[in-house]
Amino acid sequence: METSQEHSVFNIEAIRQDFPILNRKVNGKPLVYFDNAATSQKPKVVIDAITHYYSSYNANIHRGVHALSQEATDAFEAARKTIQKHFNAEHAHELIFTSGTTHGINLVASGFTSFLKENDEVLVSAMEHHSNIVPWQMLCERTGATLRVIPMNNEGDLVISDFDKLLSSKTKLVFVNHVSNVLGTINPIKFIIKKAHQVGAAVLIDGAQACAHIKADLVDLNADFYVTSAHKMCGPTGIGVLYGKEEWLKKLPPYQGGGEMIEEVTFEKSTYAGLPHKFEAGTPNVSGAIAFGAAIDYLNDLGFDKIQAYEDDLLNYATEKLSTLEGVKIYGTSKEKTSVISFNIGNIHPYDIGTILDKMGIAVRTGHHCAQPIMDYYHIPGTVRASFIFYNTKEEIDIFIEALKKAIGMLS
Amino acid sequence: MTIEEVQNEIIDEFSMFDNWEDRYQYMIDLGKTLPLIDPKYKTEDHIIKGCQSKVWVHAEMENDKIDFTADSDAIITKGIIAILLRVFSNQHPKDIIDADTDFIDKIGLKEHLSPTRANGLVSMIKQIKLYAIAYQTQLN
Repeated sequence: METSQEHSVFNIEAIRQDFPILNRKVNGKPLVYFDNAATSQKPKVVIDAITHYYSSYNANIHRGVHALSQEATDAFEAARKTIQKHFNAEHAHELIFTSGTTHGINLVASGFTSFLKENDEVLVSAMEHHSNIVPWQMLCERTGATLRVIPMNNEGDLVISDFDKLLSSKTKLVFVNHVSNVLGTINPIKFIIKKAHQVGAAVLIDGAQACAHIKADLVDLNADFYVTSAHKMCGPTGIGVLYGKEEWLKKLPPYQGGGEMIEEVTFEKSTYAGLPHKFEAGTPNVSGAIAFGAAIDYLNDLGFDKIQAYEDDLLNYATEKLSTLEGVKIYGTSKEKTSVISFNIGNIHPYDIGTILDKMGIAVRTGHHCAQPIMDYYHIPGTVRASFIFYNTKEEIDIFIEALKKAIGMLS
Repeated sequence: MTIEEVQNEIIDEFSMFDNWEDRYQYMIDLGKTLPLIDPKYKTEDHIIKGCQSKVWVHAEMENDKIDFTADSDAIITKGIIAILLRVFSNQHPKDIIDADTDFIDKIGLKEHLSPTRANGLVSMIKQIKLYAIAYQTQLN
């Protein structure tokens, strides 16, 4: 890679050149993209991986005897290995390609239907995304199990002493996000996993908000399941991964029937293919998987240590600047957080701020961020959320602060 | 004035603004002056839930014309509501049913009527039309 050397000193100008979209203008102003927690932008290597696949070796995988099919299969499986290595999973077949985090969560929730019974308990954290609440509510409705909530405090940290009290022999499953999409809190998942295992519960970690910022080591974490989406980490949309420990994936029933996931089919009975194919029915998102691999290579070339240090610097700078504005209230002040700031200014509605910022070319997210329980906790309708990533700059934060001052002037 | 005449008047007013700041400042000021809905109508029955902002609408008919009152929790949404009420309020149900909303595009606010905005305005226009249809049925 020609870029890896240049990036060894975290050359921000060179990095920004890798992302074609950062050159565009919005409403006549240079784009300032601070909605990275919703989806990240894509470097040219990822876009090229998709184009190259479709223009050079597009074929269906795992079944053709011809050259293109072999090349496509090799690239697809190489991507799985790249992801395995990145997350330090023991086996490549423990990584199931999904359409994204939500798909992975639903696959596990559906599979657990036969394992749960009445009086069993399922724990979720108070700071989950709707996609990590609703599938478990549905699971509890199907099985008669009870959903219980690990509370959070005003800083946006989970109350671990309460988590301890909730754990019992009834606890069968625990679901926590690695990082909160609203508050940015990095949850102590290694500790949570260890505690849950002591009562025999399985743990699923939603890594969607963590994966672009933190390199999760699955062997070290000892998680039973870990899910994420490629598009949050500079990869394409419509592809993600579910990691499951081999013993769990063997136990879980298939989620969807179809081609690719079977070993033998007769009208009397079909037998299922081994891992990972048992969970990958139908033709997968081949180009997406390959580009996902390219995205992971790109991030590792930059280096997660450097990414984290750079983003911490951006977060501190933005927090400091934002705090100088009158009436600003920041939600999520954990000591351990990623580069996300949720805030409100006085009584100004987040929608109004978002609208004015958009007019000035600045993309932020406004609303409840699919995490209404957090909004209820703080008694607010929503927040403005600015989420930064390694290609953002302090100059962009300055533009953002000036734009906020203008918005306040117009709206007050 | 007919609905079309009011719409043309608004288009004329907006043509005087040559930048977005003035246009938005005008809407924000409109939002601040919007007569509030009677609090007794600010209930779940009258709410139009958007993902981003909430809108409340109430309608009453007097002398064969519908009087609308509305409110929103976001000021820019409220400004657009003020414009919509100026167009549709105090009009005959049949004229409301037949009216189009192209003027929103002509005053440069089309983006606010995009479903992706989820600010409740698209549903509000639908609700205004539904009220008109209901009252028209009463008149027939």
